Amino acid sequence: MSYRGRARKFLESASIDVGDMVRVEKPDVTYEGMVLDRADDADDRHIVLKLENGYNIGVEISDAMIELLEKGSEPRIKLPPVEAAEDPELPDVSIISTGGTVASIIDYRTGAVHPAFTADDLLRANPELLDIANIRGRAVFNILSENMKPEYWVETARAVYGEIKDGADGVVVAHGTDTMHYTSAALSFMLRTPVPVVFTGAQRSSDRPSSDASLNIQCSVRAATSEIAEVTVCMHATMDDLSCHLHRGVKVRKMHTSRRDTFRSMNALPLAEVTPDGIKILEENYRKRGSDELELSDRVEERVAFIKSYPGISPDIIKWHLDEGYRGIVIEGTGLGHCPDTLIPVIREAHDMGVPVAMTSQCLNGRVNMNVYSTGRRLLQAGVIPCDDMLPEVAYVKMCWVLGQTDDPEMACEMMRENIAGEINERTSIAYFRG
Amino acid sequence: MDWEKVGLKMGLEIHQQLDTESKLFCPCRTELTDSEPDHDIVRNLRPTQSELGKFDRAAFEEAMRKLHFHYENYHEETCLVEADEEPPHPLNPEALEIAVTIALLLNMKVVDEFHTMRKQVIDGSNTGGFQRTGLVATDGHLETPQGTVKIENLCLEEDAARRIRETGDGVVFRLDRLGIPLVEITTDPSMSDPQQLREVAYQIGQILRSTRVKRGLGTIRQDLNISIRDGARVEVKGVQDLDLIPEIVEREVKRQLSLVEIRDTLQERGAVVEDKIFDVSEVFADTESRIISSAESVLAVKLSGFDGLIGVEIQPGRRLGTEMADYAKKRGVSGIFHTDELPAYGITEEEVRGLREAVGASQGDAVVMVAHERVTAENALREVIRRAEMAIQGVPEETRKALPDGNTQYLRPLPTSSRMYLETDIPLFRIEDDLLEGIRRNLPELPSEKKERIMRDYGLSEDLASQLVKRNLVDEFEALTEFRVDTTVIASLLAYTLRELRREGHDVDGLGLDELRDAIKLLEAGKISKDALRDIVACMADESLAAEDAAGKLNLLLLAEDEIESIIREIVEGNLDMISERGMGAMGPLMGQAMGRLRGRADGKVVNRILREKIQERL
Repeated sequence: MSYRGRARKFLESASIDVGDMVRVEKPDVTYEGMVLDRADDADDRHIVLKLENGYNIGVEISDAMIELLEKGSEPRIKLPPVEAAEDPELPDVSIISTGGTVASIIDYRTGAVHPAFTADDLLRANPELLDIANIRGRAVFNILSENMKPEYWVETARAVYGEIKDGADGVVVAHGTDTMHYTSAALSFMLRTPVPVVFTGAQRSSDRPSSDASLNIQCSVRAATSEIAEVTVCMHATMDDLSCHLHRGVKVRKMHTSRRDTFRSMNALPLAEVTPDGIKILEENYRKRGSDELELSDRVEERVAFIKSYPGISPDIIKWHLDEGYRGIVIEGTGLGHCPDTLIPVIREAHDMGVPVAMTSQCLNGRVNMNVYSTGRRLLQAGVIPCDDMLPEVAYVKMCWVLGQTDDPEMACEMMRENIAGEINERTSIAYFRG
Repeated sequence: MDWEKVGLKMGLEIHQQLDTESKLFCPCRTELTDSEPDHDIVRNLRPTQSELGKFDRAAFEEAMRKLHFHYENYHEETCLVEADEEPPHPLNPEALEIAVTIALLLNMKVVDEFHTMRKQVIDGSNTGGFQRTGLVATDGHLETPQGTVKIENLCLEEDAARRIRETGDGVVFRLDRLGIPLVEITTDPSMSDPQQLREVAYQIGQILRSTRVKRGLGTIRQDLNISIRDGARVEVKGVQDLDLIPEIVEREVKRQLSLVEIRDTLQERGAVVEDKIFDVSEVFADTESRIISSAESVLAVKLSGFDGLIGVEIQPGRRLGTEMADYAKKRGVSGIFHTDELPAYGITEEEVRGLREAVGASQGDAVVMVAHERVTAENALREVIRRAEMAIQGVPEETRKALPDGNTQYLRPLPTSSRMYLETDIPLFRIEDDLLEGIRRNLPELPSEKKERIMRDYGLSEDLASQLVKRNLVDEFEALTEFRVDTTVIASLLAYTLRELRREGHDVDGLGLDELRDAIKLLEAGKISKDALRDIVACMADESLAAEDAAGKLNLLLLAEDEIESIIREIVEGNLDMISERGMGAMGPLMGQAMGRLRGRADGKVVNRILREKIQERL
């Protein structure tokens, strides 16, 4: 149990465990119900009872007496086992679970949404998937997406690589939404894939009837059977439960804290609109199924700094990273790709030390152009790598990957400027930004 | 009826919207809107597991219908919280305060810590697929002439979205109502006298009105729980008229008693429901019946041992067949046919024979059929089979809808308590002793106490006092008693005159307390007569005039005594012949003339006195 302090002592003194039926007597009222666990961040002056009418209440214990009515077992969620016969006519899709909201359930113990489902559980919740493909499930780890690290990108990439190698016709990766676009970018660089690799998640937890997880996972499996053999993100296209957009994994960003249609293609159009029943291509320029050989380049450098420029930023911040031995720096600059000119000397110092410094824009939409203003030109002279229309997060992930591939700063610089996985668009269409 | 003998048990559930500034879990206003929606959202819901891992019957049934839901959104009136596109904000403390106030007025024990729960409701009326609700208090009581009634629970919850219309593929809801705070008050289900049930509903209504709750149509909803000893618990939703409660109870008891009788007969006959659905379209290949011939297919089931029982009346105008039809209608058909009512609807005796033959029905068996598109017809008949099996068991537990005549109609199965799990997006809310004590010290006056007090303090009649209380006008009344004017005049202005004027089409809603104050002030100053008040107020409303200007415009300002005197002198001098002829007998006709000229501008008593003096002077 997660009870502590006074509440724990109170329950233990009567040998009461979570799940037991009890009677609690207070001077003016008596309650009967089942003892539930209490969130461990809550106080220790109350115990939680589930009354017969289904309501939970917190009962203050200082003037309460407790009596055991019946021992119980701690309630657990049990789901029926999945037994699905393989359909030789259908493609094989692997679902890899990394945790996050698409694979989570309510945890009344801490009072929070926690990852608890295996990939298999997705299938139990969405039997419709079996109409689209033969599903194989595999949980790589169970992690909240805010706790992701570059080493987990590697692990995810290896898992996907393994599934494809084992014959999967497509792979779906269930991932928390907060950092999904970092991981999708990472896999875009690490993997050359002959089949679709589709990231998906949920903005409303899968324990609720209105969860977006269901449509997202169905559309993702559909996309995994498509001809688009790229690393993509598949999430709600609008606030409606009607269709999803399939975004290129290096051209997508979480743009809203809570809406279902939070993921938007940036400086690009979505590749396709997907429903559980079909797929409609919106952007013909994609890599076709089977055109690449499967290949994994999974070395990354974790010592890369990602720094946002802001009025008043001190050069000490960059200096500190250099002193700590960081091997690359990505700056999220202002406007066309600027930072205060007080940073120029330390950026030059980084360059001279062989630490590449890349420049992106916190405007997110549009591309950097460092020839327009003198600060930009001076930054270029100091050795800054302009990142074109690359998203800041993508540039950060790319730097981690590039420095995993080469130790040569010149080479790294070249690779940063080269379009490797569709992260750079030469052309900026008027359709990309709708204000 | 002998309620004790049938083992009648009843409880009451009242839902009342609270009149808060903002919604329970977001800052939107708590008003409904009729303006054109700005945005439409389409959603699907699917049932999930509760924390105890039990699958809920009602939730599952609703899911089977696989409806699309449309939600009407607004830029101003609703936000992302109602659309289930943003997590709820913390609990609105104003709503909790009102709920605690009501709980204390009902002598309830308030919980130490309020936990918001998710109650699964997947009929689309909540965008999240659950209603947020929490238990505020338990264990209260009310006194009635028929004895003490226990008030079991008071919950604070969010109101559901407003059902606007059905479309081909689902239901359209409007999000304006979703999230308005609501209290749900439940009594203990042990009342056995329908009059007591009515009395409790009335008393709770009165208590609610003494607090900050919404008024008007749809802001309060009453549900009844009714069961008899051999019957089952049935929840009757949407009782509008308290006076109808005893009638609803009586008809529900009759329904349950009849169903028990039918059960006994069925069991005696060894009745069986077969699972097989027959295609009987052939039988009706050349039918004259237009309802049948226009349908894609005709399917039927055999109910062995049911002959004659489907047509048994269980409520005035409702039969067991009606109950079956209500279940079938949930699957999208408009009705069913059964052999107890056939031949009819253009279906011939011969076709009925053919029908019976096709399903292998013998004497004592009944046949139910549905004419519709195949899948729908099949689903509908499965429901009929389900309901027929229940008939062999007795009375099913159901949620039913109150009909205007006092009958009830099947809505859905009774929900079970496993629909509830913790809303983890909202922090636990500790109800501190200070908060509780503060509320306890400032409890509002109950309507009955208020009525007694204003009768006593202001000498009002019981009728006037209860009108003021009922119309929530006591505060205005007491404010206006600062003027030395007959309190009855003030009370009837508020309780009756304004209402009459509104009914006559005068826009009196624009008149505030300040405007009324001006009018009463004129009365106190003797500048107008109390008889003129009505016309002056009407004119103030119609033409947005100040009280004195309205009185002037209508020529209703009282004249000074010398002005009155001069007018009366004129009248007297013009009628000297009559006076000499009739003496004081001329008083009557001349009074008539005088009032004709002075009405509204002079007090009748004063006119009377002066006229008398002037006549006497001439005699």
